[in-house]
Amino acid sequence: MISSYVPILVLFVFAGLFAGAFLGISALLGPKKKSHAGDSIYECGPAPVGGARERFSVKFFLVAILFILFDIEVVFLFPWAILFRQFVNEGMGLFVFVEMAVFLVILVLGYIFVWRKRALDWR
Amino acid sequence: MSETIFFYIFAVISVGMVLLMIFQTNPIVSALYLVFGFFGVAGLYVLLSAPFVAVLQVLVYAGAIMVLFLFVLMLLNLRKEDLVYDRLNWRKIGVGGVAILFLGFLAHHFTRIQIQPFFDLPENFGTPEGVGRLLFTTYLIPFELVSILLLVAIIGAVVLGKRQ
Repeated sequence: MISSYVPILVLFVFAGLFAGAFLGISALLGPKKKSHAGDSIYECGPAPVGGARERFSVKFFLVAILFILFDIEVVFLFPWAILFRQFVNEGMGLFVFVEMAVFLVILVLGYIFVWRKRALDWR
Repeated sequence: MSETIFFYIFAVISVGMVLLMIFQTNPIVSALYLVFGFFGVAGLYVLLSAPFVAVLQVLVYAGAIMVLFLFVLMLLNLRKEDLVYDRLNWRKIGVGGVAILFLGFLAHHFTRIQIQPFFDLPENFGTPEGVGRLLFTTYLIPFELVSILLLVAIIGAVVLGKRQ
């Protein structure tokens, strides 16, 4: 049972090793020339205006919250999609379909609310 | 036993990363350590035969909730001079003492727990199939209530965040 997760662990270990190795190699072998122009802040040509630490608008936060909520909705769709064929074979297809339809209709109501309130408009 | 070894690895990662998170002054760095902590906890869930929960831990917590944390930190926009340790005073020592006392009580009780002998779990325990089968049959009502909970959260977020 646990041994079936070994490939995932190997994947993580290799991903970490590769990222670490490339960063390490470039830090070791890369040229380290200090120059005034090289250390200056680059902002697509024009001279930078003020610091980068601006206060972020709450609009980003709203988008993030809505993303999480619909993300959690998809989490419930995932096992449903895996199991649906099994349920159909057991003769429970319609029941499980209606169940998910009710779930989604309630959330689509939320989506319509978001749409009507123009919460995703960037103004 | 390889499982015991992995348990200790993931336990050390979880606890270590969360301790690093607490002892940072820069909240953004704290948040990044928290991500590693979430990965450690996901590993523990795998060892507890709950792979579906483990994947959700990574997808929802390390992915989505983390974005939320970062946005809150950017919204607060703390400057460098705000990021200092508070002075130690008697109230903090008192609170810390109570926390340590509580930890002691927990440790005392955990050592006395009679550990249940291991029993064989059903074939698809904790997999998406196993969780889904329970969710869509036995726990149908809670499942439908989750959608209402999400609806309330969506409306709440829009009403609070989209004030004119």
